[in-house]
Amino acid sequence: MSMKGLIGLIVLVVILFTGASSVYIVNEFERAVVLRFGSLIEVDVEPGIHVKLPFADVVRKFDGRVLTADARPESFFTIENKRLTVDSFAKWRIRDVDVYYRATGGDEALAADRLGQRINDGLRSQFGSRTLHEVVSGERDALMTNLTESLNTTALDQLGVEVIDIRVKRIDLPADVSQSVYDRMAADRQKEASEHRAKGREQAEVIRADADRQVAVLEANAYRDAELVRGDGDAQAASIYAGAYNKDPEFYAFVRSLTAYRTTFANKDDLMVVDPSSEFFRYLGQPSGKK
Amino acid sequence: MAWNEPGGNDKDPWGNRGNKNDGPPDLDEALKKFQEKLGGLFGGGSGKGGGKKSANMGPLFIGGAIIIGLLYLFSGTYMVDETERAVVLQFGAFKEIKQPGLRWNAPLVTKVFVENVTEERQYRTQGLMLTVDESIVELPISVQYNVADVRDFVLNVRDPDGSLSQATESALRHVVGSTELNQVLSSGRQIIADAIQERIQQYLDTYGAGIYVRAVNIQEGRPPEQVRSAFDDVIRAREDEERFQNEAQAYSNSVIPEARGRVQRMLEEAEAYRAEVVARAQGESQRFEQLLTEYQLAPAVTRERLYIDAMQEVMGNASKVLVDVEGGNNMLYLPLDRMTSQSGSSSNASRGGSQTLTITPDVMRQITDNVARELNRTNTTPTLRRELR
Repeated sequence: MSMKGLIGLIVLVVILFTGASSVYIVNEFERAVVLRFGSLIEVDVEPGIHVKLPFADVVRKFDGRVLTADARPESFFTIENKRLTVDSFAKWRIRDVDVYYRATGGDEALAADRLGQRINDGLRSQFGSRTLHEVVSGERDALMTNLTESLNTTALDQLGVEVIDIRVKRIDLPADVSQSVYDRMAADRQKEASEHRAKGREQAEVIRADADRQVAVLEANAYRDAELVRGDGDAQAASIYAGAYNKDPEFYAFVRSLTAYRTTFANKDDLMVVDPSSEFFRYLGQPSGKK
Repeated sequence: MAWNEPGGNDKDPWGNRGNKNDGPPDLDEALKKFQEKLGGLFGGGSGKGGGKKSANMGPLFIGGAIIIGLLYLFSGTYMVDETERAVVLQFGAFKEIKQPGLRWNAPLVTKVFVENVTEERQYRTQGLMLTVDESIVELPISVQYNVADVRDFVLNVRDPDGSLSQATESALRHVVGSTELNQVLSSGRQIIADAIQERIQQYLDTYGAGIYVRAVNIQEGRPPEQVRSAFDDVIRAREDEERFQNEAQAYSNSVIPEARGRVQRMLEEAEAYRAEVVARAQGESQRFEQLLTEYQLAPAVTRERLYIDAMQEVMGNASKVLVDVEGGNNMLYLPLDRMTSQSGSSSNASRGGSQTLTITPDVMRQITDNVARELNRTNTTPTLRRELR
């Protein structure tokens, strides 16, 4: 009984191992090839469970999803000989498993490396036929489409892969060029700043000049009006004086002269040398007033 | 046991899934446990097979089979959260997508991928980039996205999140590279964000990544550190522009009202002058007319009186020298300058100081002497009267 049990166990294990190695599963996201003693007998196996010869057949499975080849930043020259540091990536997937396996031995890293070299060559020639301006803005899409198309014709035949998309991430200028860009940007800003300040001064001058003009006009008009009023006053006064004094001009002259004398000799420092024979002193010598 | 790894471990896509995927590691772990248990059971069985108590083998096998069966059932059970969906592959082929709840799938023949699909994922990036006018700008953005098609997300692209970040970097630089610096820094932010979102979505759709880009947010675009001071200076210059105008306006606002005030004063002064001269004229005229009326009644007396009144006042105020010279042919020397200066200094003695003061008695004596000598010489009888008040 115990020996039978042991033999039974061993048989069970062998059956299990054989069964396990004669069945294999290909997942939805995988591509697989079957090799019998090293030669390809079946390519592009459908997803699902399959049977193979145990121990003789080897199944190689590869990732069938979209993969990324992220190249390291490289230096390229544009048509005007400007050096750019370009960081790009490519999206690719295995298309022809047969060719892929023959070309790369199923080594994904190797495939990515080969693809990366082709992409770099393509980018170098695409950049070399364009200006910096075209590369940075206008023709990015065209550049990428061209490159993807030209790569696909060779990559599919040689590597069995399909390039879905190539994109440039960063395009950087070398440090010395960056510095001159910064200088130019700073100069642009300075231009703008001084324009603002100058405009401000212009406006300020306009406002001040306008204010000064208003002041001058106001004062001139006022002077005119004031002089008109004064002149009117003078005229009125003259007419009043004339009206009164014309009644006896001689007497007016007399009275006015007396007033003038009073004001002329108001100061003690005024010295008069007087002849006593004048009318005023007629009583000084003789009480009778006669000479 | 080897069903899951026919190509060897290095080719197993499970190894590349990373820890993000919650489903498969659990499954693997359960599988491993199951293998261990199975190995232990066989090892124990064979050990006991060589022993003496062979009678216990039957129940042991049955018990083991029950345990194995229970473990098998248990290891196929998993939970799908409300936020998650499970993609089920049966014998490697896509079978179905399982909704939230407690789920069971036969282990070993099915694979289950559980992914969070409702959670909003975010990717942030920033960096220096070129604009269309070959300036350099720094623009930080964040992308919000979620899983739109969990089957595509799991099966079509390896590392979909990484693909999104790459697509974002590329789209961001492409759009900024087609935009002018001023737009990046100010008004064009929403346009740029929309363009970036559209581009990312387009790239990801090409890959079939099963990702929906919900929104692209652009934080403040910044000029690079090296030129930031120049950009700040522009802002200051704008302020200066405003300030210059305000200062000028302030000047204008102060001088014009002041001028208006001065103008009003000039007009008032002119009015005052007119009123004054007219009033004076009227007053003086009336005074004259009144006086004239009286004068006409007694002209001679009035004239005499007016004259003498006036002369009295004039003489009373002024210094005077009365020279009574008969037959005035002779020269009479009067030191008028001295007399005036003396009278001035004597009257202003209190102010003292710099003026040279002659001693009054001396001057008096000198004058007297001079006059006496003159009188003797001319042999006349002149009378000199000097009055100092």
